[in-house]
Amino acid sequence: MTDVRADTFDAMPARERERIRVEEENRRFAQERKKIARDGPKLRGEKLAARLDLTWRRPPGIIGWLATVDHKEIGRRYILTALAFLALGGVLALAMRLQLAKPDSALIGADRYNQLFTMHGSTMMFLFAVPVMEGVAVYIIPLMLGTRSTAFPRLNAFSYFMYLFGGLMLWIAFVLNVGPDMGWFAYTPLSGPEFSPGKRADVWAQMITFTEVSALAAAVVLVCTILKARAPGMTLARMPLFAWAMLVQAAMIIFAMPAVALCSSMLISDRTLGTNFYNAAEHGDALLWQHLFWFFGHPEVYIIFIPATGFVSEITATFCRRPVFAHAVVVLALISTGILAFGLWVHHMFATGLPRVGYSFFTAASMSVSIPTGLQIFCWLATIWDGRPRFQVPMLYVVGFIVTFVIGGLTGVMVAAVPLDLQLHDTYFVVAHFHYVLIGGAVFPLLGILTFWYPKITGRMMDETLGKIGFWMLFLGFQLAFFPMHWSGMLGMPRRVYTYPAGLGLEIPNMLSTVGAFVVALAVVLFVVNGVMSLYRGVIAGPNPWGATTLEWLTSSPPPVYNFAHIPVVESETPLWDAPEGEFPVVTGLRVDQKEMLLTTVVAAAPDTREPVPEPSLWPFISACAVGVVSLTSIFSAWAVAVGVIPCFIALTAWFWPKELKRNPEPVIT
Amino acid sequence: MILEPRFTDDLSDLPTFKFGPSSLTWWGIIGFMVIEGAGFALAFAAYFFIMGHEQGWPPEGRIPPDILAGTLFTIVIFLSEIPNTIIKRAAKAGDVPTIRLLLPVMVAVGVVLLIIRGFEFNSLNCRWTDDAYGSIIWALLLLHAGHILTDWLDTVVLCALMYTPVAYEPRRWGDVDENSMYWRYVWLLWIPIYLMIYWVPRL
Repeated sequence: MTDVRADTFDAMPARERERIRVEEENRRFAQERKKIARDGPKLRGEKLAARLDLTWRRPPGIIGWLATVDHKEIGRRYILTALAFLALGGVLALAMRLQLAKPDSALIGADRYNQLFTMHGSTMMFLFAVPVMEGVAVYIIPLMLGTRSTAFPRLNAFSYFMYLFGGLMLWIAFVLNVGPDMGWFAYTPLSGPEFSPGKRADVWAQMITFTEVSALAAAVVLVCTILKARAPGMTLARMPLFAWAMLVQAAMIIFAMPAVALCSSMLISDRTLGTNFYNAAEHGDALLWQHLFWFFGHPEVYIIFIPATGFVSEITATFCRRPVFAHAVVVLALISTGILAFGLWVHHMFATGLPRVGYSFFTAASMSVSIPTGLQIFCWLATIWDGRPRFQVPMLYVVGFIVTFVIGGLTGVMVAAVPLDLQLHDTYFVVAHFHYVLIGGAVFPLLGILTFWYPKITGRMMDETLGKIGFWMLFLGFQLAFFPMHWSGMLGMPRRVYTYPAGLGLEIPNMLSTVGAFVVALAVVLFVVNGVMSLYRGVIAGPNPWGATTLEWLTSSPPPVYNFAHIPVVESETPLWDAPEGEFPVVTGLRVDQKEMLLTTVVAAAPDTREPVPEPSLWPFISACAVGVVSLTSIFSAWAVAVGVIPCFIALTAWFWPKELKRNPEPVIT
Repeated sequence: MILEPRFTDDLSDLPTFKFGPSSLTWWGIIGFMVIEGAGFALAFAAYFFIMGHEQGWPPEGRIPPDILAGTLFTIVIFLSEIPNTIIKRAAKAGDVPTIRLLLPVMVAVGVVLLIIRGFEFNSLNCRWTDDAYGSIIWALLLLHAGHILTDWLDTVVLCALMYTPVAYEPRRWGDVDENSMYWRYVWLLWIPIYLMIYWVPRL
């Protein structure tokens, strides 16, 4: 009250008094703001590192573990959980291959086999492939963009717990013999109330709810991080190709996942509430399921594949020691693949009977998506041709990817033709095709990139010799397992049969596939052994062991909890290669007493605002528990949704509600 | 080798909040709007897919929903844009007293809308179990009721928060601004649903 006398102040209307009080507070805050400690030439080096570490480190113990919002910790959990599900899905595959090794085998019965292939597909698509890509991105993207956190770190934590709970629910149900058994795309009417009594289909549909909420949350986190948190100077044109790939992938999740959310909710409501969306007897239509499911399901394939193209671009550039040829073409190819992917879903439905013009349109659309993908492959080939390639393990995986994926792409163009598709639909030819595309197109690049980023994440290198042996076993074992499936498929062997009679010529290709599957499994075990051993015995990596150019290699390995002591500035497409000897430009002025990150403008990446970063919180975990319990119990009664709104609302409100209801000189999120 | 920093700009004078596309939550909300929009668009597609299988719409033997409750709902939600716009402007201007005055009005509007929505369900002239037509009509109305309910809960929490001292933080004005933006989205989405439930069956 410097300029107002106390008695006049008391006589003022309440509104006026409030205004003066706030103005006074604003003036005081302006003074206090000047005293806040910030990084800069005066606060640097070890002193700065110690301050930042104190501010950013989460509390220890189980509570701290559950409450963490550190993207590196969440990303690591995502990756490890997804790899665990890969192993589980792989064991199912081995069980199926054992059963199919010989004709008329009685090792596994029909019912168990139905559960095996459904669990295998659902696990690999929903619990491994999509989450592992998001997990890698959650770990790497903020480092690659030169920032200290993802956007919405609590949403990020929530997304992980939702994913974990969904996976646990599916697998616990499977162990209790309530595993879904109608195929990973759960076609109605088979999955409807009439033909799937019991809870197996509901378990599948609710697992979808968990993973879709998780994937959507992570997608929003990634889009906002990529658009708003890039280092100053990293314009969209200079953004690394992996970040571009993740931007396109996350946007695709945002448009595609609602389709599966909608159709699986409609399935649950047909099963529990007696609606008739898919019930032909009451004018519903089973094909509505196929349309909605594949409107999600086809983009899903690209949701898995597009991040992998980002991996390939990063590895190729680093190991060929030049930027990827025609950066702009690769970016445009990613975007057009993302758009075209939404125009192809009906090619999964050629055998359902379509109008003639529908056949032509979707054949043309399916073939056209090979154009941008082909362009990307030629860009990588040109990069290798023009560069000086080093064939270390990550680069070997790129070569394995190109060979395998091109074969899968060719069979894809083949089955895009309706007459051939009608012949091969639901045979092992299709099984061969999509394993070439998904394992060749996504798992090979993934193993390459895990080898590539392993030193960044752990601080040590993976063993090169073991890695090379593992690569060749995987590559050759894969071809041995899946190439004969083209053959058995053309001989007419349908997918999803638990056995086949002798004397149809299917014995040899099936035995070869089984042998190949076990070679692949051994290679995966070798990868895991290498990963575990290298944690203790690997060569110390240093910040940039591969001589790469993106910003994650600027900081130490493993990165400190705050990622970067000062926020780097980007002046070219290949910042680390263009840094003058021993120096890197940085901006300063972020506070060190509270968590803070820098936001930049969407296109030009000019500094825009300083943004407070949320403190660790238990509420994302509690919210995930609340949403999880509601989803699980709604299998048994639809009332669970109505009642469950209350705990979910309480948990979400507590998540957002500030823990201190007072103003601060600069905002903090408590 | 760790590279030595070369200091360029000092950003300590940068603001800690700006409205619109500079705000991180603005982008987050746009993201969730697109998710919901995609879900609604596909539900609309399902509606027309089911309609395409029928000889008449509504199917023979059914009468279209009564329009009174739905139309009343539409009028109220349109009128709610008046306080909503005033709140949005007040948020941009940092006018806390106006925000405190009008957010409770929006909470009350939400209550009225939810009550009318109850009557709407009662005037559909079909049950969700009757046939696919009944199922999709109920689904559309229920999805939008969920939309209203979540935004209402959000407005209640925001309203409570704006009666605490943190109401004077510019970031909270951003929350109010974005909540108003979201409300616009809620009623814009209602327009096609209103037409599909009440008027397409009367064409």
